[in-house]
Formats: sequence, structure tokens, C-alpha cells
Amino acid sequence: MTNETPERAGVDTAWRNESHTDLEADFPSPDEIPHHQATRDEEAEAPGVLETVNMDVFYGDFKAVADVSLNFATNRISALIGPSGCGKSTVLRSLNRMNDLIPTAHTAGEVRYHGANIYAPGVDPVEIRRHIGMVFQKPNPFPKSIFDNIAWGAKINGFKGSKADMNDLVEDTLRHAALWDEVKDKLKDSGLSLSGGQQQRLCIARAIATQPDVILMDEPCSALDPIATLRIEELMIQLKEEYSIIIVTHNMQQAARVSDKTAFFNVALDTKGQRTGHLVEFTPTDELFTTPREKATEDYITGRFG
Amino acid sequence: MTSRTQIRDQSAYFPTEQEYDGLLRKRTRRALVTQGLLMLALIVAVVALITLLLTIINDSFGLVAQVNQVEPEEIVASAGYDPAEVAFGDLSKDELITVLQSGVSNNVGRRLERDQRFYEDRLVFETQEKWDEVCASSEPPAGCAGGSRDQSNLLLLVQERIVEPDIVATATLWQSVSNASAFENAVQTSFAENPDRYGDYTYDQVRYQWRAWFSWTFVTSPASATPETAGISTAILGSLWLVVVTILFAVPVGVGAAIYLEEFAKPNRVNDFIQTNINNLAGVPSIIYGMLGLAIFVRAFEPITSGSIFGADAANGRTVLSAGLTLGVLTLPVVIISAQEAIRAVPNSLRQAGMGLGATRWQTVRSQVLPIALPGVLTGVILAVARAIGETAPLILVGAAGFITTSPSGPFSQFTALPIQIFQWTALPQEEWRHLAAAASLALLVLLLILNSGAVILRNRYSRRMQ
Repeated sequence: MTNETPERAGVDTAWRNESHTDLEADFPSPDEIPHHQATRDEEAEAPGVLETVNMDVFYGDFKAVADVSLNFATNRISALIGPSGCGKSTVLRSLNRMNDLIPTAHTAGEVRYHGANIYAPGVDPVEIRRHIGMVFQKPNPFPKSIFDNIAWGAKINGFKGSKADMNDLVEDTLRHAALWDEVKDKLKDSGLSLSGGQQQRLCIARAIATQPDVILMDEPCSALDPIATLRIEELMIQLKEEYSIIIVTHNMQQAARVSDKTAFFNVALDTKGQRTGHLVEFTPTDELFTTPREKATEDYITGRFG
Repeated sequence: MTSRTQIRDQSAYFPTEQEYDGLLRKRTRRALVTQGLLMLALIVAVVALITLLLTIINDSFGLVAQVNQVEPEEIVASAGYDPAEVAFGDLSKDELITVLQSGVSNNVGRRLERDQRFYEDRLVFETQEKWDEVCASSEPPAGCAGGSRDQSNLLLLVQERIVEPDIVATATLWQSVSNASAFENAVQTSFAENPDRYGDYTYDQVRYQWRAWFSWTFVTSPASATPETAGISTAILGSLWLVVVTILFAVPVGVGAAIYLEEFAKPNRVNDFIQTNINNLAGVPSIIYGMLGLAIFVRAFEPITSGSIFGADAANGRTVLSAGLTLGVLTLPVVIISAQEAIRAVPNSLRQAGMGLGATRWQTVRSQVLPIALPGVLTGVILAVARAIGETAPLILVGAAGFITTSPSGPFSQFTALPIQIFQWTALPQEEWRHLAAAASLALLVLLLILNSGAVILRNRYSRRMQ
């Protein structure tokens, strides 16, 4: 994603045309998807694929995180770390409007995806989630066949290809997720028959099958053993060639191993005694773990927290 | 992290080794007593159910004392056989027809022939001329459609019309098995002491015979005013029609409402109010639903429920449709609540997974939530049908027919139902009806068992496919 065509009126739709694989042609063309037209914020400097601008997230009256401004770069892995309750998962779920599923949640400020605010009136969160996929903490494959786990997301998003095209999509996707060799002979088996690590890779495959360009991962390895964790981390590093990845993790070593840039969140008591999370700093990972800018970050990464 | 908290010595508060042993014995004893009480509860429940079943079976079979107008042996003899060698049931179709011809009036014979012919190729009671005329009329009788009676059918006819057994006393299964002679003595004494009660009969005419009140004939015969020939085919068909209408109404509406409440409704006052009311409705007495059905389905919607706007010719709204809808409304809360529970039990992670892929709420519900909830939903439907099929009070209010011999043929037919039939038979004074009511109860249980097994098989097949 570059700014080679800044004069284009609908720059915010340029990402739709960027193709990851040839199978893009099998999905509805941009004109077939009703979508929201937003003007691009031209002033943002080198805007990344996703950007939050003074974002607050509330659950009812309770402010969970305050004033988060982050700029996630394209084809990078960004990590969100911080103590429990600092709102890093809340921030992650706000990035593709998964928080909308919680009835009391609402968001102030902006989240810009290729420059367009995904919280602008008229934006359908369903469309956002197709482009910004999600992998959850606990592997949650559908209780269907491995094949259907991959195919379903494509089908519901209007996949137009033939049966053979669908087979290709499933194979390509599973290869991308480094799972093909392990499951190619048992595509009809239930997704639940796989091991935990395989299930999580199946979930990653499922997420990339809808041709997103951002993948959000909410502590994807916290339920896995070290070997399975390592495989997921290797996979993430492969995947960043094509996708932008944002990962929430409790494991600082993991953040240090895989991410290019790390955001540290902390929690503070406000005047009413509520615990509200805030962003402390968002710096390149090697810098954050060696020479943190903030005292709070240093305390946390050295274990002197609290 | 700054200073270590001083840990105080709490050991004085814990029991000593000796005290602990005593306490442990006490705890073990208490656990055993509780386990025993729980088992007792189960035993009480099982005993109650077995007693119920035994009571019904006890009344459904047993010895009867009956007086035949014509003894079967006489019939065999009149056909030219030795009663010692040939049994009544072995008589051929032709011989039985001859017996019938000599035993019933021409009018009765003609009626029987119009119900169903005796021979394919010739008439027995009717003249050809009259037969052609009757069959050419606007409403030809069933016999015109063709097909002839077989030997077993004729055997029944001869039993009913010639032998004409009249049951004078009955015994339960237990009496018959344990002490049949006591029953016979009691009948004999009764004849000696109250000869008036038996009219023209004398004790010499009494024959003792086994009778299965619950039999295939009983299940397949229509209702009748005489207990010897009464059956429940009309009531079974009525009940089946009701179940069909009930399911067609309650399942789509109930499951739809449950999906809306669980997946789409926002938690606000209105929806909370609706939810509370649904829970309360599940406990409303069924007679209230009967009143509702009478006022709304039978009276207010009469043009629809009587079928008159569809061109059906039912006289009023007291039809299968009205009663089925009433039972549908009655079972709706059960269907909604159990479907809601089934939907709620589907892990939220699947919803998130579906929505996270860019599926709409409905796509997620349709493809991921409902298939997993389906076995639970079916369980609710089973419970609802079980309740609907046993309901009596609302059916009495919406006008189930007390006595009809024609089977319901569609949603606009008059009907009766098994529980109604049982209720009416138990209200009659002669003891034969009590046995028939027991046999009908048995039939109701069997019917329920068949319907439920069907649903369970369906459910198991579906939940296997899910894994």
C-alpha cells in the first residue's frame, strides 16, 4: 500500500483492489459491495493500514480505555502488551468493531482503515470484519469439517467460484497457514478432531480465507503448549509478507520475538476510582525492550510492576 | 513486593488428628445418608410410574363373563361340522356369508354391503338394479369403490351381528390370573342373588372368556355405543391431526420467537417484560387456554377455522384447526423456553468466530448456532407434543365431539381425541367402559412412545451429523 496515486478521489477504496491471490477475482468486485465513501484524512503522516485517533472505549458509563492514538503500519506485526485490565483486548476488538457485539459498548474518536473512519455513520461492521479478520484466544473452529471451516467464510461473503475454485481456495489457504500437509488427507474430518495448535492454525486459515488485509490476534497462543506456540509465531512472521498483523499478548518474550513495534498499555485510577487503561508508548520493539522511553514501561518489562 | 507479610500460626484453629478422625467419620456418614435419601427419591418416582403402568395394564386385559345370543358352536354345527373338530374361526368366507344371510335382516345386510361388498363379482343383499342406482347417486357409499370383505372381516361381522356377545361381568388381569374361580363364583352368586339385574339371562348361558380390551381390533375400530365393539381409531386419528396442527403452529412460531429473543433482542424493559411473561405463561392452567381458544379460534376466527372461506362445509369452528391452534398456543411457552435454553447453550466463541469472518448475525445464527442448538430444540418439541397429546380440558372447551364415528379427514373436520375418549368412558357406569378407558390409556402411552422415539431418533441422527 503506497501513496503512488494520492490524487485519486476514492483512495480509501484502493485497498479493495489490492490482490493477494488470483482468487480475489472470485469475490464480488468492489462495485458489487455497497460501501461507505469517506474522505481521506490527507494530513496524517504516512498513515498505516489502521489508525486510531483519540479513541475512547466505554462499557456503559465505564470508560475502559482513554485517548488511544496508534498508527499500525502495513505488513508489520504490532504487539499490544500491558497488565491485566489495561484494555489492550478492548482496543483490539475495537479495531474491527467486534466490540459492537457487546450491547453496552461504544467508542468515541476514530478508527481509520486506509484512512476511512470505520465508526462513521453508515459503515456496516459486517463489511469491516471481512477485511479485518480476527483470531481468538481459545481456538474456536466450527464443529464442521476442516474444509467447511475454510469454505464457509468465503461462501457467506459471496464467493462466486466453481467447486474446483473453492477446492483451490481451501488448499491455498491451508498452505498459507502451514497446515495443508497435516490435514490434506482428512479435509472431511471435523475441525475439532485436530490438536489445539492445529485448531488455532485452522482458525488463522479461516480468517485469511476471506481475503482480509489485517489480522487481529487476541492472545492466540495463551491456550497452547510451547511447541505449538512456536509454530504459530513462525507462521505469523511468514504471514506478515501479505498481511498486517496486530497481536495482543501477555507474553513479553513473544512480543519481543515476533513484533516489529510494541504498544505498552497501563491502567490508572481516575478521579472516580475507576480503572481506565491508557497507552503509555508505542515504539519499535527492540527499542521498547532495551531503552523504554517511559518509567512505567521499564517497570513492567523488568518485572518491577505494581 | 516491599515487605514480607508476617504469617501467623493458625494451626490451633484446625482439629487435632484425633478430632479429625471423628469428624471424618461423621462426614462420611452424612454423605451416605444423603445418598440413601436421594436414592429413595428415585425409588419413589419409579414405583409411582410402575404402579400407574400396572394399574392400566391390569384393567386392559382379563376374563369376562359373557352371554352369547348364539353360541359359536351352534354356528359351526349349523354349517354342518362337528363343533368338537372345527373351530368357529376356521369357517370359510362362503360359510360365514351364509350364516350372516340367515341371521340378519335384509336392511342390515344391505347397509353392510354398501359399506363394503361381500364378493367382487356378485351382490348378496342388494339387487343389481338398486346397487347401480345407489352408486350413480351424488354421494355413492364406500362399497361402490370396490374391494370385498375377507374372511377375518366376516368373522368379526358374524361375532358382532350373530353371536352378539353381551358382557355381564369383568375381571381384572390380576383377578383372572390369581383366582379365576373366585371371579366365577362371584358371578354365580350375583346371578343367584339379583336375577333381575341380568334380565332374561340365566347363569347357564354365561361363558367365561379371555378378553384383551387392548387389541388391534380395538385400535382400528371406530367408536361405538356398545362396549363390545367400541374402538379408538377415530380418537387416535383425531389426536394425530391435533399433533400435526400443533407442531406446524408451535414449532416455527416458538423457535422463531426464541431466536429473536436470544440473538437479536436488546436487553431493555420491553423485552424483559416479554421474557417474564413467557415464563409465567408456561404455568397458566390449560383450561385458561381452552377459554382463549373458544373465544378466539372457535368464535372470532370462525370463518377461517370452520373453513367456510376456503369452501369447506364444516358447520362451526369446533374443528381440528381450532383445537390444534389452541394446543399450539398452550405449548408455545414450553417450545420458546426450551429453544432459548438450547440456543443459549451454544458457546459464544462460535458466534464471535462467525461474526469475525464478516458474516451477518443471521448468517452466523443460521449456519453455526442453530445446527448445534437443534437437538435441544427438538427436546423441547418432544416435551411440548407430550403435553399437547395428553391435554383434555382445553379440548373440552373448544368442543371436541363426544361421540363421532367418522374419522377426521382434514383440518376442518370435527374430531375427538384420545384423552377426551378416555374421560368420557370413565364417566360411564358399566364396568366394561372402565376397561376400555384403561386400554385407551395404554394406547395413548404407546402413541406417545412412538412419537417420542421418532423425535429422539431424528435428534440423535442430527447431533451425530454435527460431530
